[in-house]
Amino acid sequence: MLHVSPNAATTGIAKGEVLLSVENVSLRFGGVKAISDVSFDIRKGEVRAIIGPNGAGKTSMLNCINGFYFPQEGHITYKGVRRQKVRPHEAASSGIARTFQNVALFKGMTTLDNIMTGRTLKMHTGLFWQLLRHGPAMREEIEHRRKVEDIIDFLEIQAIRKIPVGKLPYGLQKRVELGRALAVNQTFGTTIALIEHDMGVVMDLSDRVVVLEYGRKIADGTPDVVKADQKVIDAYLGVAH
Amino acid sequence: MSAVTSSAPKPLLSPAVMATLKVLGVFGAIALAIVLLDLPDLLVQTLWEGLVAGVLYALIALGFVLIFKASGVFNFAQGIMVVFSALTLVGSYEIMTQRMGLPPGTVVAILAVIVAVATMFVLAWLVERIVLRPLVNQNDIIMLMATVGLTYFLIGFGEYVFGGNPKVMITSQLGLPVGSTQFNILGGRVNIQHLDVAAAVIASVMIAGLAFFFQYTRIGRALRAVADSHKAALSVGISLNQIWVIVWFTAGVVALVTGIMWGARSDVSFALEIIALKALSVLILGGFTSVPGAIVGGLIIGIGEKMGEGYWGPLFGGGIETWLAYVIALGFLLFRPQGLFGEKIIERI
Amino acid sequence: MFYRETGQFKTNYADDMAIFPIRQDRIGIAIIIAIALILPFMVSDFVLKTILLPFLALSVAVIGLNILTGYTGLISLGSAGFMGVGAYACYKLTTLFPEVNIIIWIFASGFFAAAVGVFFGLPSLRIKGLYLAVATLAAQFFLQWAFVRIPWLFNYNPSGAIEVPLRTLFGMPITGPTAELEVKYLICLGFVIGMTWLASNLVHGRIGRSWMAVRDMDIAAELMGIKLLNAKLMAFAVSSFFCGVSGALFVFLYLGGAEAGTEFAIRLSFLILFAVIIGGTGSMIGSFFGTAFIVALPTILKFGAPAIGIAITGATAEKIVLMIIGALTIYLLIVEPHGLARLWQIMKQKLRVWPFPY
Repeated sequence: MLHVSPNAATTGIAKGEVLLSVENVSLRFGGVKAISDVSFDIRKGEVRAIIGPNGAGKTSMLNCINGFYFPQEGHITYKGVRRQKVRPHEAASSGIARTFQNVALFKGMTTLDNIMTGRTLKMHTGLFWQLLRHGPAMREEIEHRRKVEDIIDFLEIQAIRKIPVGKLPYGLQKRVELGRALAVNQTFGTTIALIEHDMGVVMDLSDRVVVLEYGRKIADGTPDVVKADQKVIDAYLGVAH
Repeated sequence: MSAVTSSAPKPLLSPAVMATLKVLGVFGAIALAIVLLDLPDLLVQTLWEGLVAGVLYALIALGFVLIFKASGVFNFAQGIMVVFSALTLVGSYEIMTQRMGLPPGTVVAILAVIVAVATMFVLAWLVERIVLRPLVNQNDIIMLMATVGLTYFLIGFGEYVFGGNPKVMITSQLGLPVGSTQFNILGGRVNIQHLDVAAAVIASVMIAGLAFFFQYTRIGRALRAVADSHKAALSVGISLNQIWVIVWFTAGVVALVTGIMWGARSDVSFALEIIALKALSVLILGGFTSVPGAIVGGLIIGIGEKMGEGYWGPLFGGGIETWLAYVIALGFLLFRPQGLFGEKIIERI
Repeated sequence: MFYRETGQFKTNYADDMAIFPIRQDRIGIAIIIAIALILPFMVSDFVLKTILLPFLALSVAVIGLNILTGYTGLISLGSAGFMGVGAYACYKLTTLFPEVNIIIWIFASGFFAAAVGVFFGLPSLRIKGLYLAVATLAAQFFLQWAFVRIPWLFNYNPSGAIEVPLRTLFGMPITGPTAELEVKYLICLGFVIGMTWLASNLVHGRIGRSWMAVRDMDIAAELMGIKLLNAKLMAFAVSSFFCGVSGALFVFLYLGGAEAGTEFAIRLSFLILFAVIIGGTGSMIGSFFGTAFIVALPTILKFGAPAIGIAITGATAEKIVLMIIGALTIYLLIVEPHGLARLWQIMKQKLRVWPFPY
């Protein structure tokens, strides 16, 4: 899942306008083309799904948006600005957060510390006060602790606050991960790009759907349109050659 | 769409060619420095010494690469295994001739080699049982620390059993040539130790032998399979544990050969530890998984280090050999983080 | 029975975020510090000289390496080199500016080590994990070479060694041959308490969390907005700072002088790494356990074994120490990767429910 842009007030982009657009993006690993010439856009406030069979290039697409991979061709425009090479931490600070297909928590840290890590971008006291752990550093720590506790209450994970997440069962880990992603933006009602295999989930949730197959876009539109598309049906059900 | 799609410029040369060019560049720079300094006698002698040192570094790195490929373990102890095996050889020779009263000579020397080889096998077996098996699938830093622990243990054990005094390698008893010959080449005079020639020849034969073993035997195929993918190898019925013992044993034998060569050039003692560690810089250069990388890297480090010491050492007050190898390796690393011949890692998330 | 947190409610986040949130722990720490303060007057000079002083001096370096290896997941084999930077920096500073108090210079020498540490940490920009570990060997051997070959560092002393000059605090000698062992001990103790306090503040805050995030999963850490290079270089700087102060303490308050480059050899780097593993990676208290182990073991073997009738020479004891430390490191990595600190936690957990088993 990808959560984009914290709030409209700072972006100056109204709901429904294009927030992020992917233009003719191609990505190669050596000789293997993971994505070829894919374009689509994500509008402010919508739930946008990217679906496709295994190996269709969904995760690679996400990694491009996220700054893990740099596409060899094409551009990604975010909030009206064409991005050059963007590092993941820059993407994070511009408001793009994500969860992973597999749990990507900090296993040796407690639930509380994991979610607190999500607040890193908003914490600014320097080394000096951090060393003393008094004054501004402590005030900042408490201020963010309060916000994190709101998230902990919301997700009902109070009891596991101080347990290292590596010891938690999968379901709870996923919840902590969601908590951490929420801590980054702290607003509900963000734009969400959803990546899923499960067609049912996608069709119920999303406003618009992009379908990828073998790195190419084969369909784009509302769930009903996409569901009826012959190419999509072939991709999912297979077709006799 | 107004977006201008410009195709990314394709690299003119493949990475391997680029790497080779970089190596040649360094050699060129060294050669230029030499021509400018115009010291042919010293040059040829230094080049030769660098080459021999390079072969020995390459051998240590080779043992390391074998283990890293097959078990994914960064074997920090490989250098110490060189010293340990040489110490076992000389130590058991001493014990047999001095305490057990056997006549000194080639027969006992061969017996000592057998003892040393057997010791390396036992070591490989014990390492697999005690260290690798319980730690399988741990992250690489944990494995590295475990082999640092092994290093310490082997130093303590070796000194405990054979004493801490430096020992003399049983060079002539093993039938290795001694003495030296003067040559005139490249307009300079060079003094070549026969032993060094033997070392270079034996190293080449051993590398060729290993290559043959890997390429054409059943065990070799299994080893390559394991190196490629543990899981896939397991699924076709290859026993990982058995492979690990074989690989550690092979690395142990490589270590023994290296130890004999090395010990013949200087005494055998754990003071060699420092030199053994330098072989690690070869790995940075050559990549952890590449046999050609180990060889080329070893030669670059050996020659670069001897040249650096010979020509630039005096400018710095001498002794720069202790760290020059690492600096050379780090310099390379800035241009090719995955080593000369290593493959570029694509991170998947 | 005595170790219960029942009834201790926290009514604000500051209390809950305290480093010792449980009252009994705070009392325990107070008692330990009180014992540490009177200890030098209770034990023989021999124990003071061979165990307590090296323990205190080295524990600072072990905390330093633990910050780098245990908290940030970067392995360094150059700790002894960074300790050397601290020692030589302190020596140069106090001989160039003898009027400034030595306590200030010991602390300041940490900054020099930190700068050198950052320089050698720069390759972490391009390289990771195991490659970086080998790169730190470059620091170790280069620094060791510099200590021998740059005569300016030891003030052109013909022997190549540095000799610690006499320095005083409030008119009392604290370094040099005439200083009392007890005084040296108390100065060391002051540094250890202060540095430990700073370190635990740091690891419990934003910076500490970003280190652990980098350690546990660097790509996810980057997504949280943590700049990997900053976090890693900060870890190198802080870690080397601690090593530097430790090195200054080691030479000025424990050894009284240093042979040319031999004190800060690779073996010491290994030893510090083993202390981190044995004590427990990512644990402050573990750093002390680990240091105590590596400092006390040789002495106990060398002098304790003959006392109970086991004939053992000093040289043999040294070899056995190597074997034990090596084997124990492997053993702990297999059965208890969190080291002695984990055993300590288990004990506390048991105490919490005592006299019941669960």
